[in-house]
Amino acid sequence: MSVIKELLKNLFTKPITLKYPQERKPPAERFRGRVYVDYDKCIGCGLCARDCPASAIEMVVIEPEKGIRGRRPLIDLSRCIFCGQCELSCPRKAIKFIHEYELATSDKKSLLLIPPKPKGSQKP
Amino acid sequence: MSLFEIPLGPQHPALKEPIRFIFKLDGEIVVGAEPRLGYVHRGVEKLAETRTFIQDVYLAERICGICSAAHTTCFVQAVEELLGIEPPPRAKYIRLIVFELNRIQSHLLWLGILAYEMGFDTLFMYIWRDRERVLDVLEMITGNRVLYAINQIGGVRHDIDDKIAAYMRKALSYLRERTKYYKGIVERDPTINARAVEVGILKKRDAIALCAVGPTTRGSGVKFDIRADDPYAALDEVPFNVVVYDTEDVMARTLVRIDEILESISMIEYALDHMPSGDIRVRVPRVVPAGEAVSRVEAPRGELVYYVRSAGGEKPERVKVRTPTLANIPALCKMLEGAYVADIPVIVASIDPCLACMDRAIFVDVSKEKVWVWSERELRRYSLRWYRSREGVRRR
Repeated sequence: MSVIKELLKNLFTKPITLKYPQERKPPAERFRGRVYVDYDKCIGCGLCARDCPASAIEMVVIEPEKGIRGRRPLIDLSRCIFCGQCELSCPRKAIKFIHEYELATSDKKSLLLIPPKPKGSQKP
Repeated sequence: MSLFEIPLGPQHPALKEPIRFIFKLDGEIVVGAEPRLGYVHRGVEKLAETRTFIQDVYLAERICGICSAAHTTCFVQAVEELLGIEPPPRAKYIRLIVFELNRIQSHLLWLGILAYEMGFDTLFMYIWRDRERVLDVLEMITGNRVLYAINQIGGVRHDIDDKIAAYMRKALSYLRERTKYYKGIVERDPTINARAVEVGILKKRDAIALCAVGPTTRGSGVKFDIRADDPYAALDEVPFNVVVYDTEDVMARTLVRIDEILESISMIEYALDHMPSGDIRVRVPRVVPAGEAVSRVEAPRGELVYYVRSAGGEKPERVKVRTPTLANIPALCKMLEGAYVADIPVIVASIDPCLACMDRAIFVDVSKEKVWVWSERELRRYSLRWYRSREGVRRR
């Protein structure tokens, strides 16, 4: 009969569930959401692309004159499994996982994190 | 009387190893169960050979979402044995804590599903509400509710600081109260007693002969627990009891899991008090020397075995995984013999094969050449109706 006692008690308490779009639970401090890359810190070593288990990272050349140092990671969030290995592999701590988690979109291209063109570059 | 044959399965979306059963029925009673495996062969073992050891940690984690801490711990231990390195003591304690939290959430999930299969939805809701507390703790430590990604080759990724430890202690004492309360319900409630006592009998000698593992075998009175027999992580320093019940039925397997939750809570509290300070990770080389290693852990569902062989490179030459559910399938077939059709959902659930086992069951009445299809929901409804119409038959 103890379940019935519990049932009656719960009639007068607030529901444990949240009304999601109106109420949002803040994610934990260590939560891994969208990937954020600090392209200025990046040295183009390519360790993140080498360790990525989902092949979500591709190194693209944005400054050909700098050779291997002119590469930056292009991250495809639609392939990303949010494991956080790139954050660990990065020797300059240029990759971070931020708390943004609502990544659903109808435009797949918006999930590509394309490295910006360097300042003062000749290309359009 | 002619025997009926019921093929069951093979589509079970939530099971990591979907399975098809052919049940031979004599009236309401199952006289034989024949399993067939291999419907979602994903080629994980072959895939592991094409990836580096670092990438394989995440692949191993995704073999099972519910016991992902068990899979990574097991794989990482095998690779560390190949490398000949030892993770720092603090890392071992953190591994143990995450592992046991993982066990608590897995057992609570299972207990909820068992209550659901018995038609006791109220209990199912309450248990799953309380399970959220464990998931909150896990999210705080690792950043994710499932797929924790905390185990790394050479240690762990995140530390447990005082703030998290304090939150964890609060959540654990709440869970201990709740688990004791659920144990009282399971022991006393007439619905659960009618559905679990003397249902799905697995004799002790059968459990040993069929090599059952985990709570399934401990519910049959066999004292077999990898944590005690072959301690890993920090288990040689943390005291705990191996829970054994010997009534050999679904009730025994339920009580084993409930007591294991209580044991795990005490283990985590002990580990938090006695955690050594220091590093949580050592640097490891990318190239693993040639050799082979076997690692075993006690996953929530039973013994999990990894075999890893390296030819001396960045990638393994062979990875072999033996999951506990596979080891329990022969024992499950034994349990089903002599059971009622209405008990099939509860017995299949009692070995903890994740959930949704009964999807798309086809029923064939051989004598009337009639075939019909029952979904999991219909079979569950049938089992509830069957019990309601015979109320009192099995009650003692």
